[in-house]
This record gives sequence, C-alpha cells and structure tokens, in this order.
Amino acid sequence: MTTLPTHTEKSLGLVIDLDTCVGCHACVTACKGWNTENYGAPLADTDAYGANPVGSFLNRVHSYEVQPETGPAQLYHMPKSCLHCADAPCVTVCPTGASYKRVEDGIVLVNESDCIGCGLCAWACPYGAREMDPSEGVMKKCTLCVDRIYNENLPEEDRQPACVRTCPAGARHFGDLSDPESDVSKLVADRGGIELMPEQGTAPVNRYLPPRPRDKAPEMDVLAPFLEPVAEEPTGFLGWLDRTLSKVS
Amino acid sequence: MHPAPSIIIFTVLSGMGFGMLAFLGFDIDAPTGWAAFWFFLIAFALAVGGLLSSTFHLGRPERFLKAFSQWRSSWLSREGVLAVAALLTMGLYAFLLVFFETQVSFLGFLGGGLSLVTVFATSMIYAQMKTVPRWHNWTAPVMFLAFALTGGALLTGNVWLVKILLPILAILQVISWFDQDRHEASSETNIETATGLGDIGTVRSFEAPHTGDNYLTREMVFRIGRKHALTLKVISIVLFAVLPLVLLLLPFHHMLAILAVLSHLAGVFIQRWVFFAEARHVVGLYYGR
Repeated sequence: MTTLPTHTEKSLGLVIDLDTCVGCHACVTACKGWNTENYGAPLADTDAYGANPVGSFLNRVHSYEVQPETGPAQLYHMPKSCLHCADAPCVTVCPTGASYKRVEDGIVLVNESDCIGCGLCAWACPYGAREMDPSEGVMKKCTLCVDRIYNENLPEEDRQPACVRTCPAGARHFGDLSDPESDVSKLVADRGGIELMPEQGTAPVNRYLPPRPRDKAPEMDVLAPFLEPVAEEPTGFLGWLDRTLSKVS
Repeated sequence: MHPAPSIIIFTVLSGMGFGMLAFLGFDIDAPTGWAAFWFFLIAFALAVGGLLSSTFHLGRPERFLKAFSQWRSSWLSREGVLAVAALLTMGLYAFLLVFFETQVSFLGFLGGGLSLVTVFATSMIYAQMKTVPRWHNWTAPVMFLAFALTGGALLTGNVWLVKILLPILAILQVISWFDQDRHEASSETNIETATGLGDIGTVRSFEAPHTGDNYLTREMVFRIGRKHALTLKVISIVLFAVLPLVLLLLPFHHMLAILAVLSHLAGVFIQRWVFFAEARHVVGLYYGR
C-alpha cells in the first residue's frame, strides 16, 4: 500500500555529524559493498572501466564550501542518503504499491518485484535519495541495512547499517529518533540537530548535526596600538646579522 | 528535468486523443457510420498510442498491470485507471455509432467526462511535484486541459470554436509561463536549506560526490533547455496558436485545415519539450547547478 502509516512504532534513522565527517567516502564504499552482495538487486555499474562510468549508489558524499561574513571559507562534507521521511512523498506517488513505509520501524523500502521503474518516486524526493538501477530497471534506495540491523547471525556490534559500522571518524549514528531517551535523540538535542529542506514538508527522520563554531583569531585589545613596541630594532645575534647584511647589500 | 521523448509523445498525443474523444462524446449530433469510424480511429490511435509510448519510459514495462492498484494515493495510478475507463466507455459508444448508427448520449457524456478527467490526472502527475516549483501550481492542469480541448476541437472540425479557443490558449500560455517563472523565483528551497549550513555563511558546492554523471543528474538536472527557452517559447506559440488561427481565418480549404493541425501539433511538441527541459528539480541544488 502506498498510503503512509499514520503512526510508526519506531522511527529508525541516522544522525550525521557534519563537524566530524572527514569526507573519506568510506560509508559510500561500505554501503555499495553490502547492498550489492545482500538484500535486493545488486547495485550495478555500467561502463565501469570506460569513459563514462555510471552506477547506482544509495549514499553519496557532497562537499560544500561555506563563506562566513568574515574569516576564511570553511569546508564541510555531507553524506546524503534516504532520510526515511515521516511524510515521504516518494511513497504516495508510487502507482504499484512497491514503495512503502514500515509501521514497525518507519523504514522506507521498495518491494523490487512490484517496481515498474517509472521513476516517479525519484522525482518526488527532494533529496535525490532514490536512484534507478541501470541494469535491473528498478528503483534502489537506502534500506537502513534492514538485513543487518535485525540479523542475529551477525555479532551484536555489527547489527547497524554498514555506513555507520564503517565510519572511521564516528560521524554517523544509528538509532530510534522517536524515543527521546535514545542516544541519537540525546545527541540531536545536545547539538541542535537539523532537518534538511524542512520547507519541503517531508518531515525527515534523519538529522544532521551542524558544525560547531570554528576557533577564531584572539581579539586584540583596543589599547594595543598605543602600547610601546617591544623591540623596534632586532638585538643580539639577529641584530648583528641585520647590521652585517645591511652593510653587504 | 530530462525531456524524455517517450513522455513528451505520451502527454501530447494522449492529451489530444482524449480531447478529441471528449468532443465526440459531448457532441449531441455525433457522426455515425464510416464518418464516425474515421473520427474514432484517429482519436483512439492518439490516446492509445500516447499511452503505449509512456511505457517506453518504464524500467520494467512488463509489470505495468500493477500500476492500476494504487488509485487511492497515486495520480499515475489514477491516470491509468481513468484512461482505461474512458477508453472502454468511448469504445462502446463508438461501436454503437459506427455499426448501429445509434447514439447513446449517456455513454457519450460519461466517456467524454472520463476523458477530460484522465487529462487532468495526467497533469496532476506533474503538478503534485513539490520538488519542481515550476510545475507545482495551477498551470499544469489548466494548460494540459486547454491543449486537450483545443486539439480536440481542431481535430473534430469545430472550426468556429477553434477560432475562439486558439487566442484563449495563447493568452493562458503566456500568463502561465510568467507565473511559472514567479513560482520558481519565489521557491523557499535553496542551497542553504538543502545543506542546513546557511547559518554559517554563503554555501557553494565545492565538490560533487563523483566526477561523472549519475541517474539523478541525467534525469533531473537537465540544463541545455533553459538556454534557449525563450526562443523556443516564441516558436511554439507561433506554431500552436498564431499560424493555425491565420490558416483557419483564410477562406476554408481542407489543405489549409490539415496544415493548421500539423502546425498546432508541432507547436504543442515544442511547448511540452520546454515544459520538461526548463523545469528545475530542487535536487540540483545539492549538485550546485
């Protein structure tokens, strides 16, 4: 059914720390690896070693330069994948019922055997979270590694999305964002986590932690220009060097 | 947005076909026998041909039957259901007119109404997209219906009505182009809200996630169309409104009428190409274009 559930028992999602992400793309590789070998159609690449390689990915890392009013520009890396929106527009546009949001945990999934590959869900998503697989002709999207997080064949520490498990900087966190006592909810509350494109009305579950303020150059005292300079002329060895070299040149 | 030929052919031809079916359905003195046969053949060929063209856009066309299931929530599904209902109703209406020379007005009105609602559903597939500010407003439904009605009147030979509809269509089109510009310019979504980094300063895309293209940039970040949009708009309005009107105002001749139809059709194709090619999807903001 492509109508959205009125309530989900959990809201599983990711919290991504823009302050910590170093832009290494390890999450992209881990995601592609896990999701090619496990649930659903493999994430295909076409012309992989040719002039125009194109492939489907569920997670991509963008980099942005931000220029504050004063001071140097700042660089941030922003991994982007499905935000598992509460009011997911990609689900309601689906004509076949392939796209759905799970009541038990809020994960937005595609039933690939029902997908006709019309691409309308990708049009409806403002975040670019859905990509058509070039080989299978069905829509691919982040499953929040639904085949890892409940998988009792895996050691407990591996029961989280591949991107979170692999992140070497600890910039990615996974949990239930509907539970105010969960670690991820506390992190969002502490750091003032934000939604992407809130004006689109999608009510995304994933949150991004904004960068902490950067260190600034120390403020100068207003009286500093009136102070006696500490050393007008170099003294000691540097003074001798200065005088000697001045004579030569 | 990528102007996919299959979708342009679909919206232009099926819009015209359903517009023609609406006129045949609402005609209180509909043609019968062979005359009816040719009219309905053209109308069905356009409507069905357009619908078939749309399946070329699908990744898995063999599963198209599943698309009739989600009419409660999906405009694409509603469009499919309505199209089939309109074609079946009009098929029965046409069958009785062609072979029994009997007009069942009730069927005609029902089928004609369903045909117009089908065109409305097609337009809502685009108008519902909040991610494309140029589409997410009144212009898509009004223009799709206006084109269907004008094309239908033209192809069913309602010459006096076409002479009224063509100027109205041209005026509506100019207003809607300006209003689409306004909607795009006043969109609240920008690179600052997309990244959430706007509180720090001005945001600029520094590096894309990859050096090549991907499905998103090919499908939704199409930029060539915007460069020549104005020129194409002028050409299209001349072809779909001005030239047909001049040809129909000349002393009537069948050759002139055929030229008017062909000119209108060419103009609508260009109009629809611009409709897609000029539209910006907000995901382009993430890619800095």
